[in-house]
Formats: sequence, structure tokens, C-alpha cells
Amino acid sequence: MLRSFGRSVFSRQRLVGAVARRGYATAKVAFDVPLETHTDLQKANEDLAQARSNSAEVIESGSTALKHAYQENTGFGTRPIYLDMQATTPTDPRVLDTMLKFYTGLYGNPHSNTHSYGWETNKEVETARKHIADVINADVKEIVFTSGATESNNMALKGVSRFYKKTKNHIITTRTEHKCVLEAARAMKNEGYDVTFLNVDEYGLVDLKELEAAIKPTTCLVSVMAVNNEIGVMQPIKEIGAICRKNKVFFHTDAAQAYGKIPLDVNDMNIDLLSISSHKIYGPKGMGALFVRRRPRVRLDPIISGGGQERGLRSGTLAPSLVAGFGEAARLVKQEYETDIDHVKRLSEKLTKGLLAIEHTSLNGSPDHRYPGCVNVSFAYVEGESLLMALRDIALSSGSACTSASLEPSYVLHALGKDDAMAHSSIRFGIGRFTTDEEIDYVIKAITERVEFLRELSPLWEMVKEGIDLNSIEWSGH
Amino acid sequence: MSASPGPSRAQVLALYKQFIKNANGFNNYNYREYFLRKARTTFRKNRALEDPATISAAWDTALKDLGVLKRQSVISQMYTFDKQVVEPLDPKHHSRG
Ligand SMILES: Cc1ncc(COP(=O)(O)O)c(C=O)c1O
Repeated sequence: MLRSFGRSVFSRQRLVGAVARRGYATAKVAFDVPLETHTDLQKANEDLAQARSNSAEVIESGSTALKHAYQENTGFGTRPIYLDMQATTPTDPRVLDTMLKFYTGLYGNPHSNTHSYGWETNKEVETARKHIADVINADVKEIVFTSGATESNNMALKGVSRFYKKTKNHIITTRTEHKCVLEAARAMKNEGYDVTFLNVDEYGLVDLKELEAAIKPTTCLVSVMAVNNEIGVMQPIKEIGAICRKNKVFFHTDAAQAYGKIPLDVNDMNIDLLSISSHKIYGPKGMGALFVRRRPRVRLDPIISGGGQERGLRSGTLAPSLVAGFGEAARLVKQEYETDIDHVKRLSEKLTKGLLAIEHTSLNGSPDHRYPGCVNVSFAYVEGESLLMALRDIALSSGSACTSASLEPSYVLHALGKDDAMAHSSIRFGIGRFTTDEEIDYVIKAITERVEFLRELSPLWEMVKEGIDLNSIEWSGH
Repeated sequence: MSASPGPSRAQVLALYKQFIKNANGFNNYNYREYFLRKARTTFRKNRALEDPATISAAWDTALKDLGVLKRQSVISQMYTFDKQVVEPLDPKHHSRG
């Protein structure tokens, strides 16, 4: 197929002609170089399986049995189904299409205002800014480009509290935030600020009364994420915004997992700062933005000083290709909103129903206040890591994705009051624009079979089936 | 294009076929399935359009989208990956490596 397209699109005649004109003696040699370049993912998959089965922890949990749990499907491809949409999303081909021209000719510095090269790219940057602002009903002047949500979150937490440090020194956030918010808050604590980490209930939701009670005269910032990256729980952003406005404190929300996926309106919801990440909305990685309200004005100390780009809040030359790709991704999430959400919701319901049909499984997080594209399920009496190993044909992550190097159970599930065993046996399924029905059917079948297989190996499972109450057993050792 | 009478039925059908053909050209399973689904839903939805200006705008958008699809399906064929586990291996297709 490729060969024929190669002939038609890249005229052979022209190629041969060019060579002949230069008068090489070797003009007759056919340069039949294939245009196709293939990336072998199976190799990576095998290396990963190898590395995993070599690690000490896994050997203890019986890796030979796991080899049997994994089955190859002959007659089909080998590339895993991608269900880790919270980690990152595939780049939309339409996004790539907008980005390419910045590498093939549109290379001006958008901050050069003395010539057309700069002017051209600047125009594209501003178009992108408009698309990004439109999704959350913001003004273009309120969007500051950053390298991603991690930088945006750091900028918000550190920048705002440093600017107001003369009068205020208290920050409020929650225990289920992304690591970058928690770590930024901890860094502020080391700088002498007072930080309150709010608890969440068993559904992962913050208590509004507790939040309001935590606000002090010295509070300058409340930071609560819109959608949780591990369990998909949606916080009551509008209510929190109202409380913050009433008490005259700034409200920041980490919307990396929410932007373009749930309705967000910064004015209606009284949001003062909002972090966005491009690669969670099918855009390029290494790109993001921070919405900073202008009226009433939110002021912050910049982390990066320099030439004064981005209203002096984030200096440094912008990457126009990434900005434009991000802009196109934002335009698409708005344009495709209805279609995407219907699709994701339908597949999510199918998946949730299929997985919860397996006995002793439970959905983590609130069943009502959630973004459907993130489904986190605990499979009792199965070790999450073992299940992931037996699922080489599906790209998933366990609840502890953030610290995947260690086998530490997820702090988010802990905050919900789940015990270690439950947290260890949880897996997160991410559904997106490019997920298909066929894939979901495959996943339900694969998980059902392999959970059953792994449970058959578990002595605990045998006891459960015999009706022994595990809590009544006195464990010795350990 | 301002005073155009709008595309004929045959023209729309031909355009739809182009969308399907190019969407099918994607080497990547997920992109292929998505653009096939998108082509079907968009054309089905636009069938209900009546206002000539809206029809003309939809036609222009579709032409632009087709351009994107053509370029990207060609690129997808140049940078290929293994087939997906839900995709049947077609022996007629090129083999890896
Ligand atoms: C809620 C949340 N915040 C922040 C981030 C970090 O975003 P980025 O990769 O753009 O720095 C992520 C992604 O892992 C996230 O899920």
C-alpha cells in the first residue's frame, strides 16, 4: 500500500531527474528507499515484562504463574490497548497537522516585532490563546503559557503566596491533590507558610463546611483540583468558588484532568487561577497554561524572570509549534465536546458494568460526582501489580501510578480510607476520544478471565470461597 | 464561493467517499476508527441542514478537514507501529521490519 502511494505522491520521475541533472555516474542506481519507518513496540513490551519479572518484589508474588496468566492472541496484532488516558492522551492527527508548519518554515520568534517572520508566528500564537481562553470563558489576556500543569500549579501556589506574604501566610489544599500541588505546598511550608491539608470523605469529596471553617484572616489561597487524576472524582468547584469569593481569598484549581472534559466557566465558578495541561487534551506534551484573573486582579511573583514575555509572569521564548498544537487541541475539545462526552460516557458505563459484574469488585470514589473517563476499580484478593503484569496487552496503571517505581499504595485511595490491601488491588481505566467499543469488550473479557485465574492461585480466595471470615483470622509473623 | 448554489447530492456523496477512503488509510487503529466514526456522524448530522449559507459553510469546513485527513493519513503510513491486539493481522498487508 505504501509503495504505491510513494510512487504517486513523490513522483519517481522527479527524483531520477534531479540525480541525473547533477550528472552522477551512478544515476542508474535505483534508490528504492522505503518511506516507511516502523517502530517496534513489541520489543519494548518484552523488555518491560523482563524487567518486571526480574524485580525482587514480583518474584515473591510468583512470577511463573503470571506467565500463564498472560495469553497471546494469535492472528491479531501485539500492540497493547491504550487505557491510560489520565497519564497522557494520544496526539490528535489534526493537532499534528497544525504543528508541522512550524518545523517546515514558520520558524520566526513570536516576540520579534520588527519583521514578518515574527509577526506570522505571533498571529498563530494569539489565535491559539483565543481558542484556549474560549473553553473556560476567559479573556485572552488572562492566559499565560507554561510548560505544563506542573509548572502552572507551582506558579500559582508559590507565586500568589509569595506576592502577598507581607499580609497573608496561609494556604489551604486537599490530601488528594496531584503530587505537584502537594510538593509545592510542602515547599511553601519550608519557606515558613502555614498549610492546611483538608481531608476528603470516603467518596473523595471535600467537606465545604470544613473548608469554610479552615479559612482564616491570613489565608491567601485555596487550591482544590477540579477532577482527580486517580479516581476521577469531581469536586464541587462552583460552591468552593463562591465560598472563596465570599471570604475574599483567591481560588486556584488544578484542572489538568478537567479542562475540556467537564463544563468549566471561570466567571460563573469564581475561579481566580486555573491550571491546564495540553497533553491531557490530545495536544503536545511539554505545554500548558495558567489562567490568571484580571478583574478582580490576581497578582503573583513570577518564578521565571527574564525578557518579560507573557505579561512578565513567565519569561522565555514561546514554542509556537506547541502553542499552536495546544490551541488546536483546545479548539477541538470545544468543537467535539458533545460527541466526545457522549462517547466516553457510553463506553464508561459499559466498562463499569462489565467490571463490577465480577464478584468482590468495587468502584473507588463517588459514583455520582465523577468524570466518566476515569474508572478506578478495586479487585479484592488480587494484587494490582500482578494483574497488570498479566495484562501485557492492555496499557493500564494501578492506583499508585504516580510513584510507579515503588510498590507503595496510592495516597489518594488511603485518603478515602481504603486499607492497604484494597489500595494495592486497584486499577485505573482511562477512556478517551480514540477508545473503541471493540477495545472495551476486549478489556472486560481479559480482566474477567485473568482476575479469576489469579484468584484461583490465591490462598485467601480459597478461604473466602469456603466462607471463612478473613477478619476473624489472627495473623502471625510479619 | 459566495453565491454558489451549494453542493449537489452527488458531490456530497463523492466527498463522503473521500473521507471514508482517507480515514481507512490511517495505519493507526484508533485514529482510523475515530475518523471513520466522525465521518459517519458528521455527514449524517449535516444531512438535516437546510439553510444555504450553513450548507455552504459546512461544505467549506469539510473540504478543509479532508485536506487534514489526506495529509495525516499519508503521514500515518510513513511512521508505522505494530498492529493492535484487537486488530486482525491481514496477511496481505506488509509485514513488520
Ligand atoms: C491533576 C494533574 N495535575 C497536574 C499534572 C501534571 O501535568 P503536566 O504533565 O502537564 O505537568 C497531571 C498529570 O499527570 C495531573 O493529572
